[in-house]
Amino acid sequence: MADTVTFWLNDRRVETEEHAGLLVLDYLRKRRFLTGTKEGCKEGDCGACTILIGEIRDGELVYEPTTSCLVPLGEMHGRHVVSIEGLNLADGLNPVQRAMTDRGGSQCGFCTPGFIVSMCWYLMASSDETPTLKGFQRAFSGNLCRCTGYTSIDRASEDLVSDFGPGGRFEQIWSADDRIQALCDAELLPAYFADMADQLAAIPPLEEERHDYADIAEFFVAGGTDLYVQKGEEIPRTDVKILNRHPEMRGIERDDEAGVFRVGALTSFEEFGQHPEIRAIMPRMDHYLYLIASLQLRVRATLAGNIINASPIGDMTNLLLALDTTLVFHDGTRERQVEMKNFFEGYKTYDKEPHEIMTRLLIPIPDDDTRIHFEKVSKREALDIATVNSGAKIRVDDDGIIRVASLTVGGVAPVPLWLEKTEDYLVGKALDVKTVRDGLRVAHSEMAPISDVRGSADYKRLLAHQLLSAHFTELYGDRISFDALLAG
Amino acid sequence: MKHYDAELHTRGESLYVDDVAPPGGMLHAVVYGSPIGHGTLESLDVERAKAAPGVFRILTADDIPGENQIGPVQQDEPLFTDDSLDYFGHPIALIVAETHEDAIYARDLIDAEVSEKPAIVDPREAHEKGEILGTPRTFAMGDVEKAWKQCDVIVEGRADVAGQEHLYLETQRARAVPTEGDRIRIYSSTQSPYAVQKAVARIIGVPNHKVEVDVIRLGGGFGGKEDQATAWACMSALASHLLETPVQLVLHRLDDLLMTGKRHPYTADYKLGLRRDGTIVAYDVSHYQNAGAKTDLSLAVLERTLFHSTNAYYVPNVRAYAASCRTNLPPNTAFRGFGGPQGMFAMECAISHAAEELDISREELQRKNLITEGQSFPYGQRAERARARTSWKEADEEYNLTQMRAEIDTFNAEHHDKKRGLAAMPVCFGISFTGTFLNQASALLHVYTDGSVSLSTGGVEMGQGVNSKLINMAARALGISVDRIKVETTNTTRIANMSPSAASATSDLNGAATILAAKELLNRFREMIAREMGIQDADNLSFQNERVFYRNRETEWTWEKTVSHAYMSRISLSAQAFYATPNIWFDKEREEGRPFAYHVYGTAFIDVTVDTLRGTYDIDSVRLVHDLGRTVNKLVDLGQIEGGLAQGLGWMTLEELAFDDDGRLLSNALSTYKAPDGYFMPDDVRVKWLEEENPEGPYGSKAVGEPPLMYGIGVYFAIRDAMRAFDADANFPYDAPLTPEKVLLQLHHGRLSGLWEDSLAEQKTTELPVAGE
Repeated sequence: MADTVTFWLNDRRVETEEHAGLLVLDYLRKRRFLTGTKEGCKEGDCGACTILIGEIRDGELVYEPTTSCLVPLGEMHGRHVVSIEGLNLADGLNPVQRAMTDRGGSQCGFCTPGFIVSMCWYLMASSDETPTLKGFQRAFSGNLCRCTGYTSIDRASEDLVSDFGPGGRFEQIWSADDRIQALCDAELLPAYFADMADQLAAIPPLEEERHDYADIAEFFVAGGTDLYVQKGEEIPRTDVKILNRHPEMRGIERDDEAGVFRVGALTSFEEFGQHPEIRAIMPRMDHYLYLIASLQLRVRATLAGNIINASPIGDMTNLLLALDTTLVFHDGTRERQVEMKNFFEGYKTYDKEPHEIMTRLLIPIPDDDTRIHFEKVSKREALDIATVNSGAKIRVDDDGIIRVASLTVGGVAPVPLWLEKTEDYLVGKALDVKTVRDGLRVAHSEMAPISDVRGSADYKRLLAHQLLSAHFTELYGDRISFDALLAG
Repeated sequence: MKHYDAELHTRGESLYVDDVAPPGGMLHAVVYGSPIGHGTLESLDVERAKAAPGVFRILTADDIPGENQIGPVQQDEPLFTDDSLDYFGHPIALIVAETHEDAIYARDLIDAEVSEKPAIVDPREAHEKGEILGTPRTFAMGDVEKAWKQCDVIVEGRADVAGQEHLYLETQRARAVPTEGDRIRIYSSTQSPYAVQKAVARIIGVPNHKVEVDVIRLGGGFGGKEDQATAWACMSALASHLLETPVQLVLHRLDDLLMTGKRHPYTADYKLGLRRDGTIVAYDVSHYQNAGAKTDLSLAVLERTLFHSTNAYYVPNVRAYAASCRTNLPPNTAFRGFGGPQGMFAMECAISHAAEELDISREELQRKNLITEGQSFPYGQRAERARARTSWKEADEEYNLTQMRAEIDTFNAEHHDKKRGLAAMPVCFGISFTGTFLNQASALLHVYTDGSVSLSTGGVEMGQGVNSKLINMAARALGISVDRIKVETTNTTRIANMSPSAASATSDLNGAATILAAKELLNRFREMIAREMGIQDADNLSFQNERVFYRNRETEWTWEKTVSHAYMSRISLSAQAFYATPNIWFDKEREEGRPFAYHVYGTAFIDVTVDTLRGTYDIDSVRLVHDLGRTVNKLVDLGQIEGGLAQGLGWMTLEELAFDDDGRLLSNALSTYKAPDGYFMPDDVRVKWLEEENPEGPYGSKAVGEPPLMYGIGVYFAIRDAMRAFDADANFPYDAPLTPEKVLLQLHHGRLSGLWEDSLAEQKTTELPVAGE
């Protein structure tokens, strides 16, 4: 396990033989004494430890913000790790630091470096056409502040929007072909960023580039966003395999012949949600992404990780389940396909051998008449785990008859629940209020929620009822109205 | 005006306890706490843990050389329990190891044999069983019994309000470094360095002067580190003292959530009597405070609940009873507002109830009864320079309540799947520690020969900006640039016997002491310069813009020249001053007095939209007028208002502290305890100030830390207002926080559950777990 991992840490090339499972946060604070990165929760919920990770993808250096408390050091080979110290100019403040200082965006200061990193990321790497307040808010959606109430941070963001937006003094930087270069040229970002792509390219790849199926580790870490929350103390003490060293398990391809999207198992939520083909079949994807997790976690969390974690309330899991996804496993010698609807067996148990690795997901390409929707309610609207979530894929033909009604619900059973009987009931019937209401009655017979910290059983059942109703009011509002459904 | 630490913060260069480079040989400690909510520790086996890699020592109560006691008021809080286990996480032992990870690993190897007793988590149950801390208190004014007869309407009900996790981003922590002999230095994240000093001295058995406590800054406190930073500092000190090496204790977030106390949950019975026209005649309330297992600061918190039981209203006949009830939760403690918000919540519930009964708008009832100049609070103090009506009037003029209401009514008439709601929230909050003796502070000012200034006070910087305000005040008092002034760490060797940084009073008290110290210094300079200039009227010398003026005319004396000349003339360039708030007192026998130097007032309007399909809600806007006095630092004050508001909004909505019947904390991580994020807060927050000079505050300013939190209470009633727009006849219970769960269940459960209950009658719910991610 003692691979030598070579990467860039801010403006320095470093080599380390530390445990591959060591958290980047602990490495920064305890080994390198880079204490600007703060530990607030160690479960990705507060963002105080936000860093940037730069990686060469398709020949381009891409930066993403993430919480260093959930990232294994072993994955950093060939990457550029940027902590707050790496964004500091030799003298004075960079534009984000200046705006936050001027506007009182920092009080106790403990969350501040995390905010600065997230907001700098937005300036460096956002693909928004022009900067916006909403864009900044998306960028720091994973950063909690307990002092300011965010209002002053919004004001700082607005200052930056004026500076980098149309008519602003740094407008040219935002529209530059190479924005990072432009930021460096304007001395708003340390100069070393300018040749980082070349520096990373010069790091030779690790020998172990393809997955060795014979090598069964205690922990297989993909995005790590849940595994580290559950097992954060154990992982650095035992053997671990870092799956993200295998870029061949990423990416999305459309295969029209087979009628499926082939989606790499390690595709992150964000890659999935930003992919044009996926957005074409789910036009409201931005709203789902907003509900699902913070940006810092979406860039790390993988589709396969969410499924294998097998939480009954996995967000992507319930969505993918509704899409009739097929899972592809490999054990080194043979490939095996499992329909996701047959995959889950009981609470956190499923149809997979220990040495099998999920390599791909096959998502059937829906036809033009099919509508897809996702609903989720949690205590806090964003950056929270669902109390109940629900996916829907519905097709109603011109004759008004329901042909497909693939509905899933999370949080009401030991598994992510596909409502098989409900689909049986609905298919072939005319879409009207009575059908939906009777369908919901069937759905209730399939659900068995229990009370826990996310909500009482009564609440979860009621909420599931409402979210299932919402699929119809949202997708077929012309035929199914809220008032009619509610009228007892 | 700025927050003078912000540049360091934004560069990640500010230092918190464990950011300072660790001294050689530093060990790390982790606390082993009770695995049950209530019971007895029969035996403890630490042998396996002791043998674990990296472990140096495991400490328990038996290892304490001094006295095993850290209770700040009542002596009921041993540092480590002997055998009584009173709450989940109640500290039993301390594992000291080479690394934090080693200590965590070893902790799992400790075996405790325990016997369980039934736990109490409900304060009403505790009250019935006589589990009462201290003595219940009653504030009374007029005669409520007689007054009921004058009322046209009397409403009675119950109001419940849950606790709140502080969620300071920096968890509790301390580092102890032995110096020489039995002396020790503690770097603590505490709001009360003197409390830490006293407790450490007691634990290790040395006089106070051998313990030095130093505080650079806190990554948030909010009251959570007023008293509850002490235990962890004592533990690191104990280990350091015994092992003769530096020891650091940093609580993991999960341990912090489990082991530390929070805002007190309260339950109250209220009875409010009014005349037909909405005039409040009498209010009778009984507050049952859920204190947790130890006294901590609960009795002082309870007292403030009584002080604020009638909020910003004048009620001629009042009887307010409050009892601190002992339960098996971690000892609840100070939290911004300090019992005041809970007192106000019950009053607001009673008003809401009465408004519904009288069919008058809630706002109208509130407005009608606002306290005015000369009227008495139930503890005898009269409202002086009252701003309740002024702030309401200003808010109405600025934001137009009638129009807001009309817009909402129009929206609601047109929408069914979304309903909007509105509420007003007036606030009146007393400023001063209610323990009168705590209203004292001192400042120590050094001027160096280059003209730079070092300022020490007892104020602890925790983000509230006290250092910035002190810099502003010192610069103004000395007539020099802010760039010359540095605020030092808060240290017990420079400031003795300091009061905690709490009660919103830190800037008032330490600022006033700073101004006195500056005056003392300037008086010496005046004498010196008058002598040199050969003038008799030294009083006509003034200091502004780094220069000395005589009869408002610039002299040749600059700040630097003055300082240098004073040094060469052997005049002291250091000054120390002491301030005690004048004219405050309270007689606990009669429950009467003038406990507060002044009150802070304000009014907020909050409007929300409830998604009646999903039970979720958005806060659309918060518009408020706040009584600020003459601000010393506008940026800092605005930050306090907006930040306090956010905490109040969170407390009333998302932030649900959940305990099970055994006292186990269910919302035990940030994945289950949700505080406001950027999206939760409305984009439309407007703050307008009332800026009349406050003669009781330094440079006419007013304290600002706590009062804005209570604006947040309004959101509860705004959501309720929207819910009643959906269902006008519903009698929703008064039970905060109003989570999306409660909203949805209250809106729909009765109506819809029939749809599935029949079909489920024969089906048995499976008991498989669904929790966990």
